[in-house]
Amino acid sequence: MNTSAQPVAETQASAGSPILAFLRTVFVRAGVLPFFLVAALIIFTLASTQFLSVQNLTNVARQSVYLILVSLGQMLVLITGGFDLSVGTAIALTSVVSATAMVAASGMFPDAVWLVIALGLAAGFGSALLIGTLNSIGIAGFSVSPFIMTLGVQSVGAGIALFITGGVPVSGLPYEFGEFFGFGRIFGVPVPVLVALLAIAAMWILMNRTRTGAQIYAVGGNIKAAHLSGINTRRTLFIAYVVCALLASLAGILLTARVESGETNLGGTIALESIAACVIAGVSLRGGIGRVESVVLGAFFIVLVQNGMNIMQIGSYMQMVLLGSLLVLAVVIDQLRYRMLVGSR
Amino acid sequence: MTGSAIPLVEMTGITKTFPGVKALDGVSFTLMPGEVHVLFGENGAGKSTLISILSGVYPQTAGTLMLNGDAVSFASVGDAKKNGVAAVFQEFSLVPTMSVAENIYLGSEPKRGPFTDKGAMRRGAEKLFADLGFPIDVRRSVVSLSRAEQQMTEIAKAIHSEARILILDEPTASLTERETETLFRIVREAKARGVGIVYISHRIQEFSQIADRITVLRDGKLIGTVGVDALSPKALVEMMTGRAIDEIYPTIARKPDGDVLLSIRGLKAWGVGGVDIDVRAGEVLGVAGLVGSGKSRTWRAAVGLLPIKAGSVTLKGKDVTHAPTRRFVGDGVFYLPPDRKSEGLMLSATTRRNIDLGALERDEASGFLGALSPAKLRTITDGIARRVDIPENYMGRAISTLSGGNQQKALFGKGFGRDYDLYIFDEPTVGVDMGTRAALYRLIKELAEAGKAVVVISSDLPEAMNLAHRLVVFSAGRISAELEGDAINEETILASFFSHERPDA
Repeated sequence: MNTSAQPVAETQASAGSPILAFLRTVFVRAGVLPFFLVAALIIFTLASTQFLSVQNLTNVARQSVYLILVSLGQMLVLITGGFDLSVGTAIALTSVVSATAMVAASGMFPDAVWLVIALGLAAGFGSALLIGTLNSIGIAGFSVSPFIMTLGVQSVGAGIALFITGGVPVSGLPYEFGEFFGFGRIFGVPVPVLVALLAIAAMWILMNRTRTGAQIYAVGGNIKAAHLSGINTRRTLFIAYVVCALLASLAGILLTARVESGETNLGGTIALESIAACVIAGVSLRGGIGRVESVVLGAFFIVLVQNGMNIMQIGSYMQMVLLGSLLVLAVVIDQLRYRMLVGSR
Repeated sequence: MTGSAIPLVEMTGITKTFPGVKALDGVSFTLMPGEVHVLFGENGAGKSTLISILSGVYPQTAGTLMLNGDAVSFASVGDAKKNGVAAVFQEFSLVPTMSVAENIYLGSEPKRGPFTDKGAMRRGAEKLFADLGFPIDVRRSVVSLSRAEQQMTEIAKAIHSEARILILDEPTASLTERETETLFRIVREAKARGVGIVYISHRIQEFSQIADRITVLRDGKLIGTVGVDALSPKALVEMMTGRAIDEIYPTIARKPDGDVLLSIRGLKAWGVGGVDIDVRAGEVLGVAGLVGSGKSRTWRAAVGLLPIKAGSVTLKGKDVTHAPTRRFVGDGVFYLPPDRKSEGLMLSATTRRNIDLGALERDEASGFLGALSPAKLRTITDGIARRVDIPENYMGRAISTLSGGNQQKALFGKGFGRDYDLYIFDEPTVGVDMGTRAALYRLIKELAEAGKAVVVISSDLPEAMNLAHRLVVFSAGRISAELEGDAINEETILASFFSHERPDA
């Protein structure tokens, strides 16, 4: 009966070769991402000589900043066992609200540029805070399913953003805003990359070194068990959804600075992309499982694939098909991994 | 029931392995026409696996199954049904949103032309229930029935299928005494028609009333098959557990006149109709009663897991009625849930992470700037693991890959994460093997003797009886008896299971 408690990975591994056993261990530990990453690198390197250049990879790293930020937030929510379809709206609303606020404020304080920018940032984060709060009130307070709640809020937010702007991009932002947050460098490092690095570090600490992080894992692992362990599950869900919206909002600020105007169409596909990045990085859709460093790599992978497809001159329509397929494939494989992890009945 | 007759069922050398677990190991079982054959064993002994194979839920790994002398193998439950095997499981197979009549005829609806004949269904079901003596309106939807009524519907459904082999899995667990009598009458009638009945029950006192033979299983192995009058109840229990009763239950010293830690007054909640209880430090309070008697609901309501309708709950002198569960946890109350899979454990997480969860709030787990220190938490968790006796190499594994006994130890371990004063164990040893049980009982003994207040809610009567210094029996949402010391005996408790009035009130 001692064998009864052997992890599946080990019992099955003993039958195969050591390489297969190693691959199986990697799969159970880290998920599908290492395999996808290696496959993508091989395919794109074979397809184009431009792909594996320092310049291109640096480019990918810079482009992936926005998706990394959003995916980190999405990861939080996924770990609690929910998900957030309203991250795109958080980006669009942040963009529109912060831009509108800055335009209005620069009329009032034409000489204090940084005050104007600060007001813009506050307004942008404030709107995201509202979205996160709304989501968590519905989900934690009224037990609305995360799918319906965030889907509804996504529509509400998008509607408000369009209402504010009438669908026209908000221009006339302070020059310094785009200059610093969009294209600035500190010690030679682009500001968006720096922001992302800070966010990654903060999230890593949150998830690995604080009680709140442990509680987020617990709520997703088994919300009833968490409740019985004395955890305030509502507060935990609230934190997850608000931080998720704020991280999306941060991406929204950086994107606004990059395009130098407030746009309602920013972040249109990012909900799908961020969920894909998380799932491919081994975040379980059942909650309770997920690692910050893997998610960063997962977001990087998605952008890498998009970049590779661009280099291979695959059209954007076909890219949508491939991205969707990749997501479904990742979920199917995640199912397999969960069974190996938990041990099927 | 002569030896020369062909058995209805003959199972030989049945083995069933689930990934990593041998649930049945070479078990043989025969059922004669017109026989009531009891399957007796602890939770996890393999009774459910055996009847699942017989009723086609899943196939055996090895061994043969013969019906009327012909080897058969069932591909599905429907397949088994066609061969005359009907099972009434503890988990009901009724569709809650449909009516009783529709459930009875599910899959065999009478037709008038291309349409189902609802009238014929209703009349047929009404006749069936009248014959059985079950007072249920067949037009009601199943969701509105009580558990006992659902049980009756389930039994009626099995009888309706005119099965020759009827499997009843703890059919009396949620029935009152009168309903039980009705059930026994139906069983005897079925028996007279030559139906063979496989009967699973923990209630030894029922066996002499209806059973012919008893087969005892333990840890997936056949221990023996005996005639119903061959052994005393005590001998049966020892056969089931594989050891003398005294070895399992420790003697727990009682601290006299401990302080009242928790006081429940006039508590009313869904299924609880006015309960007064005091829980004292240094004593084990046993709580017994049937399923649905309110024995578990009372405590769940008290600690904020169910809404309280009326009454008060006082913890250490403070009024905590309607307080959220986390306040109880913070104030030193540990509640161990009865279903470790749904409420207790994070199944996909490691054993370590599960135990960690109970110790998160400890100050000793803090490191730099008050942040959580994984190294310190690890030390605490390792200490707990040693205390509840979980082997070190199990700590890094997904807890779902552990045996039920080790999972339960981990769940107990969460109770040592903080310094609690009151422990409420709701079904502390469900689905746990004997060795682990003895270990868990020792932990309960340690806690009580260290001056903690311990509540043991249990459907396992010997457990509640042997651990308790004081025992309250629940019936129909109220306390029907409160017994102390030598007054705790089986007859009194069983009588109180069905009484609705407190004898001394």
